[in-house]
Amino acid sequence: MAGKVLMKGNEAVAEAAIMAGCRCFFGYPITPQNEIPEYMSRRMPEVGGVFLQAESEVAGSNMVYGAACAGARVMTTSSSPGISLMQEAISYMAGAELPCVVVNIVRGGPGLGGIQGAQSDYFQATKGGGHGDYHLLVFGPSTVQELVDLTMEAFDLADMYRNPVMILGDAILGQMMEPVEMRKRPPRADLPPKTWAATGAAGRPKNIITSLYLDPAKLEKHNLRLAEKHRRMAAEQVRYATHMTEDADVVLVAYGTTARIARAALDRARERGLRVGLFRPISLWPFPYEALAAATAGASHVLVVEMSLGQMVEDVRLALGDTKPVHFYGRTGGMSPSPREILDEIVKIVERGA
Amino acid sequence: MQKVFGRPEALADVPTHYCPGCTHGIIHRLIAEVIDELGVRERTVGISPVGCAVLAYDYFNCDFVEASHGRAPAVATGIKRASPNSVVFTYQGDGDLASIGAGEIVHAASRGERITVIFVNNAIYGMTGGQMAPTTLPGQKTTTSPRGRDPEVAGHPIRVCELLSSLSGAAYIARVSVTSPANVAKARRAVKKAFETQLEGRGFSLVEFLSTCPTNWGMTPVEALKWVDDKMAVYYPLGEYTRVPEVG
Amino acid sequence: MPKVVFNEERCKGCELCVTFCPRKVLTMAEHFNSKGFHPATITDEERCNSCTACARMCPEVAIEVYR
Repeated sequence: MAGKVLMKGNEAVAEAAIMAGCRCFFGYPITPQNEIPEYMSRRMPEVGGVFLQAESEVAGSNMVYGAACAGARVMTTSSSPGISLMQEAISYMAGAELPCVVVNIVRGGPGLGGIQGAQSDYFQATKGGGHGDYHLLVFGPSTVQELVDLTMEAFDLADMYRNPVMILGDAILGQMMEPVEMRKRPPRADLPPKTWAATGAAGRPKNIITSLYLDPAKLEKHNLRLAEKHRRMAAEQVRYATHMTEDADVVLVAYGTTARIARAALDRARERGLRVGLFRPISLWPFPYEALAAATAGASHVLVVEMSLGQMVEDVRLALGDTKPVHFYGRTGGMSPSPREILDEIVKIVERGA
Repeated sequence: MQKVFGRPEALADVPTHYCPGCTHGIIHRLIAEVIDELGVRERTVGISPVGCAVLAYDYFNCDFVEASHGRAPAVATGIKRASPNSVVFTYQGDGDLASIGAGEIVHAASRGERITVIFVNNAIYGMTGGQMAPTTLPGQKTTTSPRGRDPEVAGHPIRVCELLSSLSGAAYIARVSVTSPANVAKARRAVKKAFETQLEGRGFSLVEFLSTCPTNWGMTPVEALKWVDDKMAVYYPLGEYTRVPEVG
Repeated sequence: MPKVVFNEERCKGCELCVTFCPRKVLTMAEHFNSKGFHPATITDEERCNSCTACARMCPEVAIEVYR
């Protein structure tokens, strides 16, 4: 697939995984990500890979666990309620240090919720939806191209750190079509061989893959080792983008689809002479705390915009403390903010001077 | 003098944590004997459950993977699909397989996954201290059915072999016990047939073992074996349950 | 060379071997192993015909049989 092709986000995710050497996919139908398993059911056989529709997301995520144990590059995708069902398996994979890629095409919640795009799974993704001290690398793409690039890279990062990696999209990103360049991406050359995998103890001692440590001292030691890995992940994988923050008086903070809407509001504000900038976290875990503090140093206000009732805003407050007021504007349940609404908030903040 | 009986190579030479007289130990040995006999130790991957056998990976000399409670058949599916040349078996108790994992086992069987499931039915939750299981018999006392299981309240025990044998993907389903040397020998043949079913790619195989829990049944090991014969084997008849799969 | 060898330290005193020995030549020893169990032992080596019933019933794989 050389050159640009017009692709729907969901299908682009599937093709990106295949281009990155993913040969095992286990999924389950749930709107708004159905095109991914559908696409995989067509493509995986063409590349000699495994596509299997599981009986539930619980089963599917444990099939991912199994394929990862066997050393395969494996992915699953779902949407909010399905990702909730996968949390136990994700915690197990983090505990057993198993690489995999999990894509959440977020929809409005809680409960059955709705099927339109939202960002109300941020806490679940970045603060740990499952039990125990663990972290996933979590990325928030805002274009179909970025969705593709991050999905591809996620397989290398998962293998590199032996840790699940999550791509946090949303229904808008999944359902929209954009031109995208799909470059085949062989695995990084410096990835260590998976000598730990359960492939059959032929000519080597047996491998045991488990997250069970009945001795608390051993479990703590294991946790501290994982924590060291997470520190390394945090130090090496912070990603963000900024736009016109150098002279900004008000800095918008938004990720994914919302960042694009915020950008439209920024442009309108600039037309009216309002000095507005945009800080866009791409890595949601690790959150770019220092970069955000630096990018907003000169600003007197920060306005966080999310498609939720305020989750990433807590990390923004963590980053900035009481150095400046952190405002929030959000739409949720599948509603998305319009540039007009964001602009109104900016004007209110600037006029109030608060 | 010739050694005519000893520890199979696939069974680690370590003490087990199982209670005195618990037949998990016999079942482990039979699996290891079959793995040795079929010469597949170096490509076998076992999956241990959550339950008394949660430490099974310490007791076998082959690669092993810990599954979350009830999910071993799904984990096994992932492993077998990712590496079809592996010989994959799960080792599960009645809480793991017939309670929380009932969905997974039904679908693994109906998909005809080329895996072998060793299902140890001791009619109780052992590791957690003797609670009622889906296979606890009517009237059987446990810590969560203190006046004896009342089917009106807690439902009737699940006959897993009969349930799964209705599924076309189930190529070999048998129920055995280890209450006597003769039954042990029959059980070993069933385990071998199950693994052969997998090796020949004919589909899903499962062997249900009626097993004892002297500690939580409050019996001596010998009494417990007798209880299996007198009570369990009546509700759960031994035998092969594979129906000849209808065409199409 | 004995016909049956008991790994006394692995025995948990469950008595299945004693119960299922067709010739009733096994019993529980007087002494204890380090875990506090009376290990199984053979009383009448002569009458043992190395049938392996005891070893097949042992959950600890603690019995080796020679013929």
